Amino acid sequence: MNKLLSSVAAIALIGAAGAAQAQEKLKIGVVTTLSGPAAVLGQQLRNGLQLAIKDNGGKLGGREVELFVQDDELKPDVAVSKAKALIDRDKVDFVVGPIFSNILVAIMKPVTESGAFLISPNAGTSNFAGKDCNPNFFVTSYQNDQNHEVMGKYAQDAGLKKVFIMAPNYPAGKDSLAGFKRFYKGEVADEVYVPLGQLDYSAELSKIAASGSDAVFVFLPGGMGVNFVKQFRQAGLADKVKFLSAFTVDESTLPAQKEAALGFFGGANWAPDLNNAQNKKFVAAYEAEYNGAIPATYAFQAYDAGLLIDGALKATGGKTDNKDALRAALAKAPFTSLRGAFKFNTNHYPIQDFYQVKVVQVGDKFATSIDKKVFSDYADPHVKDCAMK
Amino acid sequence: MSFTLLIVQTLNGLQFGVLLFLIAAGLTLVFGVMDFINLAHGVQYMLGAYLAVMFYALTGNFLIALIAALAAALLLGLLLEFTVFRHLYDRDHLEQVIATFGIILFLNQGVKVVWGAAPLSLPIPDMFSGTIVLSPGILYPVWRLMIIGSGLAVALLLYLLVSRTRVGMLVRAGATHARIVSALGVDIRRLFMIVFGFGTMLAAFAGVMIAPILSVEPGMGDSVLILAFVVIVIGGIGSMRGAFIAALLIGLVDTLGRSFAIDILRLVMPPSPARTVGPAIASMLIYVLMALVLYFRPAGLFPAKGR
Repeated sequence: MNKLLSSVAAIALIGAAGAAQAQEKLKIGVVTTLSGPAAVLGQQLRNGLQLAIKDNGGKLGGREVELFVQDDELKPDVAVSKAKALIDRDKVDFVVGPIFSNILVAIMKPVTESGAFLISPNAGTSNFAGKDCNPNFFVTSYQNDQNHEVMGKYAQDAGLKKVFIMAPNYPAGKDSLAGFKRFYKGEVADEVYVPLGQLDYSAELSKIAASGSDAVFVFLPGGMGVNFVKQFRQAGLADKVKFLSAFTVDESTLPAQKEAALGFFGGANWAPDLNNAQNKKFVAAYEAEYNGAIPATYAFQAYDAGLLIDGALKATGGKTDNKDALRAALAKAPFTSLRGAFKFNTNHYPIQDFYQVKVVQVGDKFATSIDKKVFSDYADPHVKDCAMK
Repeated sequence: MSFTLLIVQTLNGLQFGVLLFLIAAGLTLVFGVMDFINLAHGVQYMLGAYLAVMFYALTGNFLIALIAALAAALLLGLLLEFTVFRHLYDRDHLEQVIATFGIILFLNQGVKVVWGAAPLSLPIPDMFSGTIVLSPGILYPVWRLMIIGSGLAVALLLYLLVSRTRVGMLVRAGATHARIVSALGVDIRRLFMIVFGFGTMLAAFAGVMIAPILSVEPGMGDSVLILAFVVIVIGGIGSMRGAFIAALLIGLVDTLGRSFAIDILRLVMPPSPARTVGPAIASMLIYVLMALVLYFRPAGLFPAKGR
């Protein structure tokens, strides 16, 4: 990482030598999870943003960038103190992050009340999309319910008769299954909540087999998904039961799931093979920069966050002191997203397309691939509760 | 809830129980014979899994990876014994807990440095990768049956070792009268080292066997460790037979509880609260069981004689 930072810095220096302008550096803070089992997700976020800066010659909006990366350790209290340090000590103009919703809820106030802009490249809770929407908060990912809704819509459209649904027993798990059921109107064979962090699913797999379901829908992020996918395949269910999921099979977990996840479905707003020139360039550059790792949605959404800052600053002539002008510039989403069509709703959450994605093998690696578009220009339903117009 | 489902869930429970036994056996030996609380036992289970992944990547042969991983785990275990644990045997339990907890932190970070934070996986050997049909539509993975089989075999081996051999006799004697055994001219330190090394290998064996099913990741031993302590407390500290019965009991109670708690609750309450209460009760069951056992038999189900 130090090597990366220094290379970014070196490029920044070359840029500075060229430009005669003696402008102050643009300070951007990053709050992401870099330790514990979820570190892989946080690394993708950081890498994506760094790549966006690098691809812009070490600058965003014509200004050199100084990046302050902080590990939130997936602990809200730690995240708050680090976010405060970014604001008070480092005087950053933007904070990009975090991965997890509970961290987002914690750092929202300290960051936005200081006048800095918070740009979330992943977490997008329903309260900040609705009644608690915030003028200094922008989301380049999605509203949390949406990927689950994609799968529900798909299951409904495909005419699946009986689906077994499962998620961890915590708020996001309950939201997930509620999101799925918002669009799926067929029979739910069983609705199972497992303890967060459960690793052996033998009991649940036997139940799935005995239920005679057409499909399962699961939301099992990180290590839980790695285990479930392997055991689902081992139990001989993969050939008989359709596997629908959200945040369970993606490029962050596939290196461990490998063949076991082949042909499994997920709901997403992007996949590495999304067909546009800019995205192809991004995926190739990411793989070249980070030891052949394929970017997941976390990386692309962070890259888009970088492009968003770049576009907005270009519109304001690189100035960050006039917050109202900068906010208006950000809200116009003045950049071309890697996902293609993208604009902000009045609650600063995206209006975008959603896809059903499928796990495929690419050479000796595994990635998700666009299978079918499920929603076009889809906005979250919470926007009606947001006071911003 | 059909009869086949009950059978499948019982097999699942047995498999979980056997795994717990492999881990708890070493823990109860070390605790019983040496009066030493080794929180780092779960880390040794994790090391077994990581070493197997590493040796499998090098050789491509599961059996060789298994043997090499066991040997390497034994060496690492003895190294830990020699450098750290040996100095703790005469200290009180609190100091042992703190020191071995430190080893957990150290090794969890250590594997992250060596193998990375991302979860790794170990494939099932081809020979055992299939499933067998228990009844139409109900399949069961062969590898889980292998875990049950090998665990029972190890249990039998342990039984023979402890009850029929000289070392086993010394271990049994050491569990209850360590000082007298020492006074009779047995090198108790050496006995401790053998017991410790053996326990380490059992934990590593459990780690290798479970690695094809679970993802291999830092901290994977921590949750198992707590369950292993529940097992030895229920079984009676120092008792191999107690550990075996308690492990199977916990495996079955936990698995069957998770599978049928909601269905049973639905008989007495409306479905929606049953769905909320069911998982909560299911995850409490084993601790309720432990509380009950401790209330009626404070020394566990099969207390080692003389303690």
